[in-house]
Order: sequence, then structure tokens, then C-alpha cells
Amino acid sequence: MSEHVLSSKLYYAIWILLLILTVVTALVATVDLGPFNTIVALAIASCKAVVVVLFFMHVKYTSERLTKMVIFSAIFFFLILIALSMSDYATRHLL
Amino acid sequence: MEQQKNSAALGMWLFLATEIMFFGGMFCAYLIYRVWYYNEFASGSRSLNLKVGTANTVVLICSSLTVALAVRAAQMGKRRLLVMLLSMTMLLGLVFLGVKGYEWYEKYEEHHIPGYGFNVSDIASDYPQLHIDPRHSMVFFSLYFAMTGMHAIHMIIGVGLFAWLTFLAWRGHYGPEYYTPIENAGLYWHFVDIVWIYLFPLLYLIDRKPL
Repeated sequence: MSEHVLSSKLYYAIWILLLILTVVTALVATVDLGPFNTIVALAIASCKAVVVVLFFMHVKYTSERLTKMVIFSAIFFFLILIALSMSDYATRHLL
Repeated sequence: MEQQKNSAALGMWLFLATEIMFFGGMFCAYLIYRVWYYNEFASGSRSLNLKVGTANTVVLICSSLTVALAVRAAQMGKRRLLVMLLSMTMLLGLVFLGVKGYEWYEKYEEHHIPGYGFNVSDIASDYPQLHIDPRHSMVFFSLYFAMTGMHAIHMIIGVGLFAWLTFLAWRGHYGPEYYTPIENAGLYWHFVDIVWIYLFPLLYLIDRKPL
């Protein structure tokens, strides 16, 4: 947790970055990029999520390593859920 | 003191880890059905109101800023600023829920809510080349209402939480020595914001390109 107080300028900068990314993702969605539409939309969403976690949720400034491990393992297990389910459903027609 | 604060944040993150898996199940279901029923998901996604959805995303991002600033105000012991920022967060949360209610009402008027009155002939006639199967469209709208509904329930809980915290902050319960409830409610609010950050592209955006 952050014993030292972050500057409010940093919070405003993050806020503006999040707003810009929101507008960009909404505009890019109407352009045909083929299969990359999904990838770009999810990449921008992930950028926004990472910025929120690091700065708004103070994870960048925490001295507690266990917190970071909990976050990584949560994301890791979510990715296992997605990867194993999708590989099952994506290969069913091969059997 | 430092260790106590770190432990409180760690406990909150463990709770949020369970929340990731809770929403994760729905995200996984959404991804699988989207691959299976691509046409119905694309046309259903395009029937959602993009402008209102984007505006609501902006409202939620602003509320995340007010929460982050509220935690900062608590850290610095600025009581009046803290009360103001907490009530602003609550207000923005209510605006989000109001707009969400308006979007659901639009869907109700269009008969897009799964159930007896469900009718997607308007979507099917907009995209005759996609050969829409209404049963598959119903899967899209069921997931849409399940996911946005679960998100909305989390928002309602958050607004209630912030109403309580605003009252306690006004009574002067929080200061630089003790602001754990503010910090943890903030973590919860940011998490709900992140869920929306992913719901917004998945539901509104990924099938917007010209079909």
C-alpha cells in the first residue's frame, strides 16, 4: 500500500489516458481490420486495465510481494480456464 | 502499521481474485458461444447502442478518478474533500445505473429481452445474408443481460458501500492513520470498473466493422 501520497497530477494524467483510449477503441471498432478488430479491442482494454491496476489500485507502489503474486495467479488461472476451454471447443470437429 | 495496511489490501485482493473467476466463467461462456454463433453475436452486438455505451464507459472512468482522489484525500486527512469525492463517486455510479436502465428499457421496447416476447425479426431483416437463427440470438442477449446485470448488481453494492463510507467520513472516522475501508472500497470500485473495461469491447465493439 502507498504510505507516500501520489501526486494528483498523476491521477489526472491516467484519467485522460483512459478517456483517450476509450474514444480510440470506439472509433477503431468501426474500421474493418479483419481478424485484428478483436485483437485491437482486447489489447486496448488490457492496456486500460493494467493502467488502472498499477496506478489507481497502487499495485506499482506496494511493497507487498504477496499481493502481486495473488494478482498474477488470479490472472493465470483465468487464462487456464479460457485456454483449456477454447482448445477443447476449437478442436472438437477434428475428432 | 505498514504491515497492517498491506495485509488489509492483500485480503481485498484475495476477494477480488475470486471475483475474477466469478466473472471469468461468464466471459468464457461468451467467448465459446461467440465462436459458435458468430453471425447472431455480430448482429446482436450491433443492435446495442454504441453512443450510450461509450458515454457510460466515460462515466465509469470518471468515477474511478474520483475514487482514486478520495483515497488520496483520506491519506492527507482532508475531510471535506473526502466527503465530496465519495459522494461524487456515488453520484457517478447512480448515473451509470440510470443509463444502463435506459439501455435495458430500449431492449425491452425492441422485444430483445429473452423470454416469451422475444423477437429478433428486426435484426434478421436488417442482415438477411447472415441467416439469423433467433434461438442463437437469444443466447447472445441472455449473456448480455447476465453479464451487464451481474455488473450492475456489483455497482449497486458499490453505491451502497460508498453511501455508508460518505456518512462515516462526514462523521470524521477516517484520516491519514486509518483509511483502510476507503482504500478497500476503492479497490472494489476499480475492479468493477475493469470488468466494464472488458465488457464494453466484448459486447459493444468487436463486431462493429462493416459486415
